[in-house]
Amino acid sequence: MKKGSALTLLTALAATPALADAAQVSGKSDLNIEAISMFLVFVLLTLGITKWAASRTKSAADFYAAGGGITGFQNGLAIAGDYMSAASFLGISGLVFANGYDGLIYSVGWLVGWPIVLFLIAERLRNLGKFTFADVTSFRLSPTPIRILSATGTLVVVAFYLIAQMVGAGKLIQTLFGLDYLYAVVVVGCLMIVYVAFGGMVATTWVQIIKACLLLGGASFLAFMVLHNFNFSPEAMFKRAVEIHPKAIEVMGPGTLVKDPVSAISLGLALMLGTAGLPHILMRFFTVSDAKAARKSVFYATGFIGYFYILTVIIGFGAITLLLQDPAYFKAGAVAGANGSFAPADMLGTGNMSAVHLSKAVGGSLFLGFISAVAFATILAVVAGLTLAGATAVSHDLYASVLKRGHATEEKEVRLSKIAAVLIGILAIYLGYIFENQNVAFMVGLAFAIAASCNFPVLLMSIFWKGTTTLGSFIGGFRGLISATALVVLSPSVWEKTLGNPAGSAPFPYDNPALFSMSLAFIGIFVFSLVDRTKRADAERAAYEAQYIRSETGVGAAGAVAH
Amino acid sequence: MERDSAALIAAMKGDPEFHELVRRRSRLAWILSVLMVLIYFGFVLLIAFDKELLSQSLSGGVTTVGIPVGLGVIVSAFVLTGIYVAVANSTYDDMLKRIIDRVKQS
Repeated sequence: MKKGSALTLLTALAATPALADAAQVSGKSDLNIEAISMFLVFVLLTLGITKWAASRTKSAADFYAAGGGITGFQNGLAIAGDYMSAASFLGISGLVFANGYDGLIYSVGWLVGWPIVLFLIAERLRNLGKFTFADVTSFRLSPTPIRILSATGTLVVVAFYLIAQMVGAGKLIQTLFGLDYLYAVVVVGCLMIVYVAFGGMVATTWVQIIKACLLLGGASFLAFMVLHNFNFSPEAMFKRAVEIHPKAIEVMGPGTLVKDPVSAISLGLALMLGTAGLPHILMRFFTVSDAKAARKSVFYATGFIGYFYILTVIIGFGAITLLLQDPAYFKAGAVAGANGSFAPADMLGTGNMSAVHLSKAVGGSLFLGFISAVAFATILAVVAGLTLAGATAVSHDLYASVLKRGHATEEKEVRLSKIAAVLIGILAIYLGYIFENQNVAFMVGLAFAIAASCNFPVLLMSIFWKGTTTLGSFIGGFRGLISATALVVLSPSVWEKTLGNPAGSAPFPYDNPALFSMSLAFIGIFVFSLVDRTKRADAERAAYEAQYIRSETGVGAAGAVAH
Repeated sequence: MERDSAALIAAMKGDPEFHELVRRRSRLAWILSVLMVLIYFGFVLLIAFDKELLSQSLSGGVTTVGIPVGLGVIVSAFVLTGIYVAVANSTYDDMLKRIIDRVKQS
């Protein structure tokens, strides 16, 4: 595999769009009755929960933060449900299926941001904020510019992430369920509107918890059945994989996926620190009662997510050993090699479908239906979290804080949030529809890069550096946002592959800009804060100590139990 | 309530025991953060510069050194979060509660 395509794989991974090719290749499949019935059970259950959630959602705190009544364990599961996308399930197992060990490199990258979220962000965020991370960034800084910055960062991240999910969802559901692309996108959009607009954070949380349980359960069963085939000896499984995979022993070590150190580090930074700047993830920390529970939620989430990524590696190797010589899972024209193995790329619906095919091989059509329904549920949980984060940025940050200067009534604010959720949902359906045949794989990578280059630096500096001022945050944050976006557009994966310019003409040589755009943001915040000699800046520096004490103790925190 | 917490925050400002506690907890958090960064980027740079090391056989079979190393990075993330939560949620939170109670009394 060449270096260029290697790095675009990262972006492809995060987004189901990698699956885009799947549907185009295999065409529309027949209606899958088992999958659709199981999915209907999930939908009925979650709609029931939404009705129950709606009856208990009265205040703004209920709507945005489930009244702070989620436990650390529940929130850990919900975070895992919010974060584990269908793409990380299908994409990483597909990458292991195609390349072996290289898939593990990516699963590691998606996990290592969590400890950083715990050590530096989680408890301080909980202690300072109420509903959004903009509550924290604007805690002692001028609310109007900083809320505008953070709401922009939120909406841009949500938009790119959401488009990628919608297009991926449409393609995936088209393949798995035999539904038309447009129907699939409309179903996803309508369900997420209903969850968020009626059930708010309570419903969103429970959809995410149920999805996490289903996904972890389904993946555990898949991995169990694979290992069962080899009497629970990984060595026996690896041995068989080496015997039949076209890459032979190379599947057991790093290949050419990571080549030059600059790309590797830039990618690593985006994955690691982007996680700490994703608005829908950060919002989850306001659903628990205090800092103690916020810490616990990250601990559980790290456990669930890490366990899940280990499973995807087993599932990928399982797909090699159990599927690679079975013509039933490969395209009609595919020719097996000398040892009886097919090329992974010739799989029906490409290698990204390997986990789905594996579910049929180890559990029959009923389990195939279950895994398909889980994939659908997985998408719903992620898009619901994104929609809620976007709607909250509109109502809480832009409307209540910027437009009404904090004088909006709670009732009006929540009503606007519901309207925003409906509009975001409709917009997502529309964008999903018009981007159907576009390559949107770069969008999740872009969302992570912007989260790491705009949201994360502003949040980190406002919490940890006394000298941070409004001017510094505003300029630095927008430098990160604009440079990350511009560099992605000028990168090979967009400039050449999406916009169709000749190979080698991309003005910026790396696919991931995080190393550069993050530096621009941090330097911007630092320098423009230093030169800010206004009275307001002095007051902001003086206000740091009180913020610092509250961030470290939780004294005065929203919804905190009185000490 | 609002005024109470403002007064409490003002009283904490000059409290040496409070500053000592936060210093200790922050030091732990930063040490663990740096460890995680070193482990992860160590892994990434090993892949970029020394593929052979990870590709050699672990104990004669096909399982390579890279498998336990990769899993080790995943497990280390979980273990590091566990260490922080264990210490912060018991020792440090207990100390913090005692300090707040004492400051409130005075």
